[in-house]
Amino acid sequence: MARRTVRRLPDAQAPEPGRTYLDGVRAAAPIGVAALAFGVSFGVLARAAGMGRVAPVVMSVTTFAGSAQFAVASILGAGGGLVTAIVAAVLLNLRYGPIGLSAATAFEGPWWRRVLTAQMIVDESWAVAQRDDGRIDRHLLIGAGLLLLVCWTAGTAIGAFAGDLVADPESLGLDAAFPALFLALLWPQVRERSRLLAALGGAAIALVLMPFTGPGVPIVAASLACLIGARRQP
Amino acid sequence: MSAVWISVIVVGLATIAIKAAGPLLLARRSPPPRAQAALEHLAPALLAALVVTQALGGPDGGFAVDARLAGLAAGAAALLLRAPLLVVITAAAVTAALVRLVG
Repeated sequence: MARRTVRRLPDAQAPEPGRTYLDGVRAAAPIGVAALAFGVSFGVLARAAGMGRVAPVVMSVTTFAGSAQFAVASILGAGGGLVTAIVAAVLLNLRYGPIGLSAATAFEGPWWRRVLTAQMIVDESWAVAQRDDGRIDRHLLIGAGLLLLVCWTAGTAIGAFAGDLVADPESLGLDAAFPALFLALLWPQVRERSRLLAALGGAAIALVLMPFTGPGVPIVAASLACLIGARRQP
Repeated sequence: MSAVWISVIVVGLATIAIKAAGPLLLARRSPPPRAQAALEHLAPALLAALVVTQALGGPDGGFAVDARLAGLAAGAAALLLRAPLLVVITAAAVTAALVRLVG
């Protein structure tokens, strides 16, 4: 596991020394274990919800976003209806709008390559690809995203085809690994006061909205806290 | 076509489009300096919101306080001790698992 080096960059344009795809794979490896376990539980849940065996695996490759997939499976399984399931999933995934914007300057090449590379964005790959200047390292993003895609999809297939054999990831505490991961990746960024304010603002917006909105909305709304950065631009 | 496959296809296409939107919108041009400064504050704002929602979010919205919070506290303690990432998330998972085992 490559430990993130904390260094001060003299200005935002300073290049990061070469990171490779393999660095991204290494950075995401510990969280890949959790992604695999949750993939298994998605496969089990989706099959129990009447989604069959193949559709959940196809969904893990194409949608590749855990919370939205769990939402679809549980809503369809509870007889909640097609439109409800789709709206809930799209709301949950709207956060990838601002997340994609924050990663946008790292992408290069023709439009189709941007579209393909952007599919490697999930919360965890985006999080481990953070540089300390608030930008994204493309190699880390792609390496981490590919590893997580493989783990998540393999887990889904195991769960959908052989699900009865596997332990519940929550009994292993793996659900607690995700907030700890995001906190650990936030940590080096908030040494600078304006980024600390943006983080506190984002957390406050999410906390205030969580009781009143469906899941997904608080994260999207929290992105407004980035305006603290624009205000403080000299 | 069954509801399952319609939802798989529609949600899949919508997610692909949402993920691609930012990188396509900002293709080949750097945003103006104030917008760039805002973008550089997007990551901490979103990461903090992910910490809060992943630690406290209930299955159908709202709050749910459970062993995740103890796990997050253990992870934060590991961070304060300057532990590497692997140790931080392992401490969080093991703590949450132990709390569930006892609770």
